Amino acid sequence: MRFKMILASSLSKKIYMSIAGLVWSAFLLVHLLGNLQLLNPDRDPFNKYSYFLTHQTGEFIYLAEFLLAFFLITHFLYAIWVQIGNWRARPQGYSMVRWAKNTSKRSLGSVTMIYTGALVLIFLVLHLIHFKYGEVVYYTPKGYTYQIRDMYFTVMEFFRNPVNVFFYVAVMVLLGFHLSHGAWSAFQSLGLSGKRFTPFIYTIGVLFAIVVAVGFVFLPLWIYFTRGGAL
Amino acid sequence: MEKKKLTIHLKVWRQKDADSKGKFVSYTVNDVNPDMSFLEMLDVLNEELIKKDEEPIEFDNDCREGICGMCGSVINGTAHGPQSGMTTCDVRMRMFKDGETIVVEPFRARAFPVIKDLAVDRSALDRIMSKGGYTSVRTGGVPEALSLPVPKPNADEAMDMAACIGCGACVAACPNASAALFVGAKVSHLALLPQGRPEAARRVERMVAQMDEEGFGACSNHGECEAVCPKEISITAIGRMRREYLRAMFK
Ligand code: HEM
Ligand code: SF4
Ligand code: FES
Repeated sequence: MRFKMILASSLSKKIYMSIAGLVWSAFLLVHLLGNLQLLNPDRDPFNKYSYFLTHQTGEFIYLAEFLLAFFLITHFLYAIWVQIGNWRARPQGYSMVRWAKNTSKRSLGSVTMIYTGALVLIFLVLHLIHFKYGEVVYYTPKGYTYQIRDMYFTVMEFFRNPVNVFFYVAVMVLLGFHLSHGAWSAFQSLGLSGKRFTPFIYTIGVLFAIVVAVGFVFLPLWIYFTRGGAL
Repeated sequence: MEKKKLTIHLKVWRQKDADSKGKFVSYTVNDVNPDMSFLEMLDVLNEELIKKDEEPIEFDNDCREGICGMCGSVINGTAHGPQSGMTTCDVRMRMFKDGETIVVEPFRARAFPVIKDLAVDRSALDRIMSKGGYTSVRTGGVPEALSLPVPKPNADEAMDMAACIGCGACVAACPNASAALFVGAKVSHLALLPQGRPEAARRVERMVAQMDEEGFGACSNHGECEAVCPKEISITAIGRMRREYLRAMFK
């Protein structure tokens, strides 16, 4: 196959988007599981975990950050490219559209992918500014002889502000919509489909979206209502 | 028993040719027999228009029994009308209410320019077919029936894929005007059969390239195509096309 086609055919674009989307979906799940340590009233485990990732994994953390950035940019650029092509494919729209229901998988999530995606991207930039490049407070955990960053404190402080809580909750709901179509769609884009497999993966995809969205919505709310903000 | 006749209001897309701007024109058809087909109702309207010395509404059709793939309009916002698994010519007037207003539009896509009114030029699909919707000719006598065994499940699935009549409703219904279901059906049909295997990689590559060339959108897996396809071709056809494409990528 010609190189240009491998990079730019309509099928290729979706193949790369799906790989990038699946990598990010997997990362989100790991990220959520890690963040569950915020539910622990003891700040040490979460901070030690955070310190381990950033300081005790050697070069690995740089590789992981590079890959995540690479896949996000790939996903984003192909998303814009695909979407513009899709808009151009129908210059004159219908005056009346009635969704065909029946077996169709068209949904609120599926028709808003570019918008939910764009908002998630803006969120990701702000999210890094809030935490990774946010206020740095050091402390010495029990049994340690040196200081590490108190990320737990930064998070708790951040979610005392109801505006921040609202913003995070809203974007996580949108992410849920993105994944409600994106998760199964990625499998279909890779050709992983079949009479029995497709309904199965569709259900798994929706469940995955619910777990991720509910998880990330729950954390800021829980912090707000149990750790200060609302008290 | 005589069935109650219907009064039907229509908003039909009228457009002189590809280069002019079209618009909706309203018509009312009285005394519509509910057992009439949708196209027969348009025939009745056209006769009235001709008698009044007006231009009749142009629409594509041929067999009027759901097998040729010539007909196709978007009726009340859905390609081939409100019920699944039907062509436009299969639509019956009893599916509508007395006094209902029906909006009729052509299949809309950059790759399907309007010829006139509801008739659109779907030769883009033919050009995709010319890139690989065949197996290269084999001359000689008719082969012995069992000289080329085909597993029964493959034969069945290939038959389901071969049911595609090339109507273009999948393109019309797709929010992206993608032809993925049509190409998926054509690629799958031949990829499932031993006769199609030797050229499988070349076929998918050339047909996909032509599909992109024609200006169809990419498939976002909305699945509207499957829901409007008169032959109920499943989007697993698109999955198979992608598997064939991935194989071809590594060739
Ligand atoms: C955490 C970040 C994100 C995750 C986990 C994610 C996940 C996914 C997945 C799994 C798909 C399905 C891919 C496929 O069917 O091939 C998808 C599709 C899509 N994503 Fe994202 N995405 C993310 C961020 C973004 C961003 C930043 C944009 C940029 C605007 C975006 C725009 C889109 C669009 C437009 C589609 C649909 C493409 C189509 O089928 O036409 N996504 N996403
Ligand atoms: S796949 Fe179905 S909707 Fe598309 S052209 Fe073939 S018969 Fe028509
Ligand atoms: S006219 Fe032949 S399928 Fe409708």
